[in-house]
Amino acid sequence: MNLRGVQSIYLFEMARMWRTLGQSIASPVIATSLYFIVFGSAIGSRMKEVDGVEYGTFIVPGLIMLSVLTQSISNAAFGIYFPKFTGTIFEILSAPLSYVEIIMGYVGAAASKAIILGVLIFITAHFFVDVYVEHPFWMVFFLVLTSITFSLFGFLIGIWANNFEQLQIVPLLVITPLTFLGGSFYSISMLPPFWQKVSMLNPVVYLISGFRWSFYGKSDVSLEVSLLIIGCILLTSILAIRWVFKSGYKLKN
Amino acid sequence: MNAMITISNIDKVYTGGFQALYNINFDIQKGEIFALLGPNGAGKTTLIKTICGLTTPSSGHITVNGFDIIKDYRATRSLIGLVPQELTTDAFETVWKTVSFSRGLFGKSPDPNYIEKILKQLSLWDKKDNKLMTLSGGMKRRVMIAKALSHEPRVLFLDEPTAGVDVELRKGMWQQVRELKETGVTIILTTHYIEEAEEMADRVGVISSGKIILIEEKNKLMKKMSNKEIRLSLTPPLSAIPSSLASYNLKIEGNDLIYKYETSESHKIYKLFELLKIENIEISDLQTHESSLEEIFVELVKK
Repeated sequence: MNLRGVQSIYLFEMARMWRTLGQSIASPVIATSLYFIVFGSAIGSRMKEVDGVEYGTFIVPGLIMLSVLTQSISNAAFGIYFPKFTGTIFEILSAPLSYVEIIMGYVGAAASKAIILGVLIFITAHFFVDVYVEHPFWMVFFLVLTSITFSLFGFLIGIWANNFEQLQIVPLLVITPLTFLGGSFYSISMLPPFWQKVSMLNPVVYLISGFRWSFYGKSDVSLEVSLLIIGCILLTSILAIRWVFKSGYKLKN
Repeated sequence: MNAMITISNIDKVYTGGFQALYNINFDIQKGEIFALLGPNGAGKTTLIKTICGLTTPSSGHITVNGFDIIKDYRATRSLIGLVPQELTTDAFETVWKTVSFSRGLFGKSPDPNYIEKILKQLSLWDKKDNKLMTLSGGMKRRVMIAKALSHEPRVLFLDEPTAGVDVELRKGMWQQVRELKETGVTIILTTHYIEEAEEMADRVGVISSGKIILIEEKNKLMKKMSNKEIRLSLTPPLSAIPSSLASYNLKIEGNDLIYKYETSESHKIYKLFELLKIENIEISDLQTHESSLEEIFVELVKK
């Protein structure tokens, strides 16, 4: 295994984060702080509790998930799209690296950035509300698994995209609305029965529900179902990436 | 010499149906400089990309130092350095970091002394901390070469290495390529500057419309295909070629008498001068010309 090659890609991608600290870290942390102020304080003053949890505290897992999902996708998509755009991808594809190693480098870095961001938002939340974690192992497990899964998905978007606009389409027009409608700021049980059923078609509902359960022991769907849905997204992404590398789609032909 | 690269029955058909390579078969010997010549769109870059693993061949197989490029891709790619035609660089990286990154990609442990050596050889040492976006085109081209050499390859592909590089720098690069050859590196060169191939190549391959039309040692090719010409200035000029000279390929152009011959006919020159003397044809000046590799190349591609 070419671990040094993996390390080179990983460190190269992580270096981009330090170079663009404002965009990578400061911007999402500030945006999340604004959510706490607007939703936590303004709405929280009118809506005291959801499922027995104070509203400001209730939205913390959803806010972390909102940033982790969008940043995992954006980081991984940009990471692989940029060398495609500049042409430096030739160097990666002509190096003695298997496709698994290439993915480990790019997806590993994108997931790491998303996890760092998730942890920073978790720390930031303590300045605004009382946050507690009932199941720390599961909390870390969900955070890592979600970051990896959606970084793989972002990697696919980066390979598929032909321009910067396409690179932004999925995170902005698909993931962000799904996250907002996936129970980041409310419990699915608060919706009318019809919309509860519609919400069950949204995969992000299961991610947020599982993650929130790890914090407060409260969830819209069972832990097993949440894990199953994440597992399905992970498996689909792995199979799609495997096909991309085997066929050379948008990379070799 | 042993073959470093063996190309057998390679076809390449792109997804859209365009066939870029047709049944390519030839060897590249260890330690030689091989110039692959061909007009735009002939398939040179496709062939290089196929050997380097950047495109997948539709059929056939290629070995590098005995290793199959698909089954043993780690072994073959470790041996190869590639300088692509396009100037593709990470604009925001420094010269030192980008060259070190390339070495790491190929699984090599960091070796600052080696990186320093190649940067100095390529006159990039004083630019090592500069970001690539601040460099000129010629410097970027040298950075590309430094990146390709960073993992100490045994085979170096130079796809149009001196495109857009000024004459002085181009000659400097030729010298570096010769030095690399002396260390045993096999070099495959594609170029639009036929002068470059004439100057450096041991063997020449000509590709046209995806087919190899010739592989030959450069010197043999020049000898075999080159046309020679003797231009004699006459006083007074001739109005017609005398019948005694009819067997020679002669042409009158103003004051000049032009004799075109192939290298194999050199022995006839002495006889021609004897006949000119007999005919009392006075020669006031003489010029000779031999066709260059470029003229041979143009002739080959036309066919």
